[in-house]
This record gives sequence, structure tokens and C-alpha cells, in this order.
Amino acid sequence: MEVINDESPRVILEEYKVTQNLPNGPTVLNEIFSIKTFKKKFRIVIIRNENHEMEFDMIGIHPFLANTFRRLILSDVPSMAIEKVYISNNTSIIQDEVLAHRLGLIPLKADPRLFDYKEDATAESNENDSLEFELKIKCSYNKEANKKDSSRVEDMYKNNNVYSKHLKWIPVGNQKERFNESDVGPIEPDILIAKMRPGHELDLKLVAVKSSGRDHAKFSPVATAFYRLLPDIKLLRDVEGEAAYRLQSCFSPGVISVRNEKDGKKVAVVNNSRYDTSSRNVYRYEDLKDAVVMTKIQDHFIFTIESVGAMQPDVIFKEAVNILRNKCASLLEELNSTS
Amino acid sequence: MPIAQLSGSGVTNDTSKSKTFVFQDEGHTLGNSLRCIISSYPEVQFCGYTVPHPAESKMHFRIQMHNGKAIDALKKGLEDLMQVCDVTLEKFNEELHSS
Repeated sequence: MEVINDESPRVILEEYKVTQNLPNGPTVLNEIFSIKTFKKKFRIVIIRNENHEMEFDMIGIHPFLANTFRRLILSDVPSMAIEKVYISNNTSIIQDEVLAHRLGLIPLKADPRLFDYKEDATAESNENDSLEFELKIKCSYNKEANKKDSSRVEDMYKNNNVYSKHLKWIPVGNQKERFNESDVGPIEPDILIAKMRPGHELDLKLVAVKSSGRDHAKFSPVATAFYRLLPDIKLLRDVEGEAAYRLQSCFSPGVISVRNEKDGKKVAVVNNSRYDTSSRNVYRYEDLKDAVVMTKIQDHFIFTIESVGAMQPDVIFKEAVNILRNKCASLLEELNSTS
Repeated sequence: MPIAQLSGSGVTNDTSKSKTFVFQDEGHTLGNSLRCIISSYPEVQFCGYTVPHPAESKMHFRIQMHNGKAIDALKKGLEDLMQVCDVTLEKFNEELHSS
């Protein structure tokens, strides 16, 4: 097809099958790897980077690289999380082990780069590899006179809900000088940990350590990190009038727009196919299926990183690349030293 | 030691064209990226990797050469992957500071 013969390798989403369209010259998918051509072809474009969320394009790379970075971010970049819970007293209805598990999943603000890995899980914790917290809370009746007659739980009881803001940081060694409570504690203050009634009590000591997502998903620094290929939609002929609006409704909002021509005709045009979900709704209409070609560009990756909040997404990405770099460097060193 | 080999003696002073290396504590992340780079080299006849058992953190990495030493292809692959990281960091930082 003429319209899609260009420089980039594409997959074509047809009605019942997916085919590939490769340009005549070598592409990143089949050429011999050389760092020179890699450097020439590779491009990064940052689309947005705000509120712990980042979207950027990696253009001109082989899929293995995008996948490697995704895997590194998810399970090799470290973060801090509660690993041990010492329970002195728990008279609430939530069982010890369930409570401990819930506490482990609370995201912490502490910057993992400022801590060391704990060499041995059974070793005594110290100021460089652990953070300690305390959770001491007791539920009681609310004795305030003006709220006596209320039957709302928040009026009747005190501390009936235990939130992450009730965790108290206990500095170990020189941590008091190095950190502030707001820099190491839970990222969100209102994570519900347990519900209690008068007489229920919690008395816990918690220890957070540094580890990576490979050990346990709670150590993953991201809520999610994923990539997708850039969708590209092309129209092969004019679609007018009612059909134009029908075509528009087949795609995500903003993908197709309807333009008013001078002679009063309404014509469908592709506005921006980037945010299309690649659903194949068009193929439901006999009269529209021949008007569009849906493709994806195989060396254009839209990468999205959603940070949990301890590190900014750009820092997480850089950490991931550095981890791979250092891994290669230490393996090379070993190979060279044994010869 | 993170790299061993499956059979034969000595990791690097062996001139064998075909070899299986065993990486300790590595998995698909390194295995697949290294495989993709090394298998594109023209002097490499075959390159593949496997994680034989999910409970064992070992990765087997096989290289078979048309000519040359398998160990050299592995070294070249690691060097290339390292440079890929450098270029990525460089381009990412450039873009981060320009926007």
C-alpha cells in the first residue's frame, strides 16, 4: 500500500489479521547492531512530566531495549518498605499477620539512594540500612458532652480508624540529623490500616528496609511502568456527512475530527492518532472498512512511568539505566580479570 | 562468582567456538537484551538463553560462532550494552534539561 510505505517498520491491524510492513532498507528490527547507528537513530522526546507521572517517546530502538528498561524499573530499582513488624499488643479484630502484610504495602517517602541494602536479613539493623516506626494507638469512647447523643461512629469513638499518619518515626543513631519525619514517613497520610472499637489497642514496632521489586512487589518504586507502540491511522478516501461522524465515533476522542468544507460538506480528517486505543470498531461498518488503514510504528515506543512517590519518574528511569550499566561493567570486569 | 560455564575448563582461556555460560542471579532482563545484541553479530551462528528453572536464579547463555571465540562475542555484547546505557542516559538528560 502506497500510503504506508515509508521509512518506519509498521504493523498493520487488519480486520481479521495483523501483518507487517517493512521498508526496503535495514531497520532496527533486522540490522546488525552497532553503537554508531544506534546513537544516530535513537531519539527521546519527553511529552509530560508532572505529579509523579511521566510520558516520553523512545524512537528508533529495538523492542528488547524498551522491554529491558520496563523490567528494570519494575523489579530492579530499589525502594524502602516496611519489612518487619514486632507486635507487642494487638487486640483489634485484624489478625497479626494480615495487619503486618497491610503495613508492608504502605508506600514510604524515604529516598532509597540514601540507604544501604541490608547484607543479612537476620543481622541487627543500623542507621544506614533501616528505618524504624512505632504505632501505638488505643480506641476509646468519646466523652465530649455535645456529641453524646450522636450515633455516628466518628462522634462516639476516638481513634476508631487507624491511618498511616499515626505511624511515628523513631530515628536511629544519626538519622535525626540526616532526615526529617516528613521525608521518610508514609507518602499518603490517610491510608486506612485498621478499624477499631473501644478497648482495642495496637502496640507495634515496624522496621523498613531497602530492597527491590524482585524480592517483593511492595519494593517496586512505581505503581506501573509500561510502553506501547505509536498508533498511526490513515484515511484512504474522503468520508463525508453522516459517515464522517460515524467514523469519528469508531475511535478514541480527538483522533478523528470533522472539518467543514467551503461547499458545506463535512469531511472526516485524522487529527491525532497518538491516543487511539486501537480498537477495531471501524471494521463493524461495511462502508467504512475500506476507508482506513490502522497501523502501529514498530520502533516508536510511548513509555509511561507512574511513580509511587518516593522518587520522581525521571530519577527512576535514570536509576534503571544505571543499574543495567553497572551490571554489564561488573560482569565485563570479571570476564577480563579471570583471563 | 557470577559467571561460570557449563562444561570444559576455564572461562576465558578456552578458545572454543561454542560455549554455554551460566550467569548467577540474572534472568530475562539481562538474558534477552544480551541475546538480541549478540545474535545480530555476523560472526555469531547462534545465540540463545534460558532460565532452566524459575526457583533457581541462574541463566544459561549459549553462544555458537562461525569463527572466533565465543567469549569475545560475549565481551563485545556486554560492552555494546554498556554503551547503549551511556547513550540512553546522555540523550535522556539532554532532553530533560532542554524541556
